[in-house]
Amino acid sequence: MAVAPETGERTLTLTVDGQEVKAAPGDTILTVCRRMGIDIPTLCYDERMEPYGGCRMCLVEVEGARGPVPACAAVIGDGMSVTTMSDKIFKLRKFVIELLLSNHPLDCPVCEAAGDCRLQDYAWEYDVNMTPWGWHPKDFETRDDHPNVARNPNRCINCGRCVRICRDVMGIGCWGFTNRGYETIIDTPYNLPLEQVGCVSCGQCVSACPVGALTHKRSRHDARIWQTDKTDTVCPYCGVGCEFTVQTFRDRLVRVTTEPGQGVNNGNLCVKGRFGMEFVNSPDRLTTPMVRNEDGNLVPTTWDVALDRIEQNFKRIKEEAGGKAFAGLASAKCTNEENYLFQKFMRGVIGTNNVDHCARL
Amino acid sequence: MTNSIADIHEADVMLLIGSNTTEAHPVIGIEVVRLLKEGKTLIVADPRKIDLARRAHLHLQLRPGTNVALLNGMMRHILDKGLEDMEFIESRTENYEAFRDSIMSTTVEEAAEITGVPAEDIKKAAELYATCNNANILYAMGITQFHTGTNNVLAVANLSMVTGNIGRRGTGVNPLRGQNNVQGACDMGGLPDVFSGYQKVDDPAAIAKMEEAWGVTLEDRQKGKTIMEMMRAIDDGEIRALYVMGENPIISDPDQKHVEESLSKVDFLVVQDIFFTETCEYADVVLPACTSVEKEGTFTNTERRVQRVRAALEPREGTKPDWEIVQLLATRMGADWSLKGPEDLMTEINQVTPQYGGITYRRLDAKSEQRTPDVVFEETDSCGLQWPCPDEDHSGTPVLHAGRFSRGNGFFSAVEYKKPIEEVSDEYPMILTTGRELVHYHTGTMSRQAPGLNALVPDARLEINPDDARDLGIKHGERVRLTSRRGSIEPFAWVTDRVSPGLVFMPFHFAEAPANRLTVQTFDPISKIPELKVAAVRLEAMNGGSADAGAESKETSV
Repeated sequence: MAVAPETGERTLTLTVDGQEVKAAPGDTILTVCRRMGIDIPTLCYDERMEPYGGCRMCLVEVEGARGPVPACAAVIGDGMSVTTMSDKIFKLRKFVIELLLSNHPLDCPVCEAAGDCRLQDYAWEYDVNMTPWGWHPKDFETRDDHPNVARNPNRCINCGRCVRICRDVMGIGCWGFTNRGYETIIDTPYNLPLEQVGCVSCGQCVSACPVGALTHKRSRHDARIWQTDKTDTVCPYCGVGCEFTVQTFRDRLVRVTTEPGQGVNNGNLCVKGRFGMEFVNSPDRLTTPMVRNEDGNLVPTTWDVALDRIEQNFKRIKEEAGGKAFAGLASAKCTNEENYLFQKFMRGVIGTNNVDHCARL
Repeated sequence: MTNSIADIHEADVMLLIGSNTTEAHPVIGIEVVRLLKEGKTLIVADPRKIDLARRAHLHLQLRPGTNVALLNGMMRHILDKGLEDMEFIESRTENYEAFRDSIMSTTVEEAAEITGVPAEDIKKAAELYATCNNANILYAMGITQFHTGTNNVLAVANLSMVTGNIGRRGTGVNPLRGQNNVQGACDMGGLPDVFSGYQKVDDPAAIAKMEEAWGVTLEDRQKGKTIMEMMRAIDDGEIRALYVMGENPIISDPDQKHVEESLSKVDFLVVQDIFFTETCEYADVVLPACTSVEKEGTFTNTERRVQRVRAALEPREGTKPDWEIVQLLATRMGADWSLKGPEDLMTEINQVTPQYGGITYRRLDAKSEQRTPDVVFEETDSCGLQWPCPDEDHSGTPVLHAGRFSRGNGFFSAVEYKKPIEEVSDEYPMILTTGRELVHYHTGTMSRQAPGLNALVPDARLEINPDDARDLGIKHGERVRLTSRRGSIEPFAWVTDRVSPGLVFMPFHFAEAPANRLTVQTFDPISKIPELKVAAVRLEAMNGGSADAGAESKETSV
């Protein structure tokens, strides 16, 4: 135990894999280990929500405890000694994966989540014997009528992250567990369509699913995750300024993803950010300048011709009526740099303060 | 926002007024839900039963355009009960006496009469807001889009100051800005009266500073015109050339017919956009720009956080980033600019914009790289920098007005309630209020081109109370005709008790049924914001009415 001199708050001292570490009261074993760079596997854990302790992948050994404890839910104590990996822990985690696989479809070659699936990763990492207790894949049928969210309940591992993010973060609760045991399925109340159970189409459940049970429907056959380039940028919709990762393949936007902890949004997004970026790929984009011809129609042309036309007319009007005969609308959708340059152009080059944008609209 | 998104949930009581947060700012909506789940108190003041109004402890369902009356009524009760924070008022504010006199000239009962909110509820809201440790106010265009918009904001600020709820985490006056970079466009001088950093265009010192930095002599040394004034100046022949970069005034501006007339009249119109918008129809030259996914730069969000925008794709063939187009035009007009990219521009912004002095790409990029999986929302400072950030050693400003207001003392303004421009009449017996909805965005230039969004909401919906629908023979899902003094549109009916009888609501995103065909152009004399929230209208069934009219929708709003 120690007291931080600057804040006066108590800090606790514990040992993790033989290394002494200090942490704050209330920290969990998992958060302390992650800060130390120690990798602990998790399926049901999501930083955006309270720990659940359901999947048992994060089991670790704590000296003096009666059995292994889930690192995600266990709060640290002063003098605690934690071992994150041992033969016993390895076997336990391997056993969890083998049990999950015993009724999992094993359809990785056609699964949208392949390459982005915790179950697949851990099966490989823990060198599982696939299905030593037999294979009884689930055969549920369910609605799959949402335009953006693809559902495949047979791939579900019942980690409950979709149930909890909709209930605990969104405050809605579209999803719930139905039935018991092997028959357990995550479904909407009375198997109603999502739009009748308060769904706001945010796709938070898709972002929370660690496997291929809930996936992006519209980018299904566009590109595998390992084929895409990933770029962190800011959403161009409302003023919240959520950060997201744009996945692209060749010259197309494939999908938008986030991770817990990302941006002011902490990995949360709404329907527009998550499912509304496809306009970038639209064949209807403007790709050539246009000028109005003698018949009064707008016709495609080259950049040079378009810029010539603007130059002639701007110079003519400037000569006839001066800078004050001009006005410019900057843009709440363009970058700071572009807006700065735009007003500099209007004020410094054209000679007018008639600059505005739709700030009030 | 005076405060940050991360401290919203730290309030004990939140007054949400004129903001449909879960639809217009959904991820901030998550923080409001979090506040509720943490057992804090939520008061929603909104004419509609929006999602958060249904979840709130108290819903003040005021008549559209009566915000000042409601807020003054709350303040009257605060003064009556002696709940004001005299220590804060004496040490941090001025003009309190005049403010107090104006509040004492109104009564809670008058407020109840004007707003339609029971006096007991106004009193309860006042007590909740004034008696907790930390109270904050979130507002949006339900406060500002009135001919009295400035007064509404001043009344909000008065309420915050009279109870000392500003300058700490979990407090503040927090406007939620509607568009991704509307904050940044204002910060950068995309306004008629200021250069970047709100330096006045008629201030000789600011003029001299910019002239030196830009190497020019500035021709215009007076305030310019706002959008609405520009349209009128076009009518008068005073403005002859208009250059539009990434805006769509035909859909976003009030009284669409008038905007159409103005844009038809203007001598020369250049429109630069990513799609062929409704405004492009009127252009003499159209220039193809690229999307934000194909650009480098920065956006500034509603909490003043400047964040890096990064190019994930090369510009689509034939398109150019907007900055490059502006530079090409400047060169044609004789300027000698040789900017290589947005980072050069940010360096110039750092030099001439005090609030952005220390916001460099180097710092923004370094911060993004530091991100760890353990950053939790309260500590989210993993991205961007919040202005004011005057120099490279400054870590940004999450809470404004702590200890001192930027002008010194907080100024109380005496504001009186004024009626909306239009009231109901025999010919136009209902009130239309407009706004945003969850799935679409602004003029639809982006969202209407996203198949995943159009699949959810393909068309404009008009919210109609079941009683009105029944009386008028309107069936859910049918097309209806909505007419104001300025025009007529045909949205489809969404029968719901979200609106009270006599009120209809629709979003302005849809070119097929543009709400702004109907809205009022009269604007606030100071902020020049138009009164988009109140228009008198007439609603009619088409095809002579339906037999099973008035039945409510089973579906939720999305």
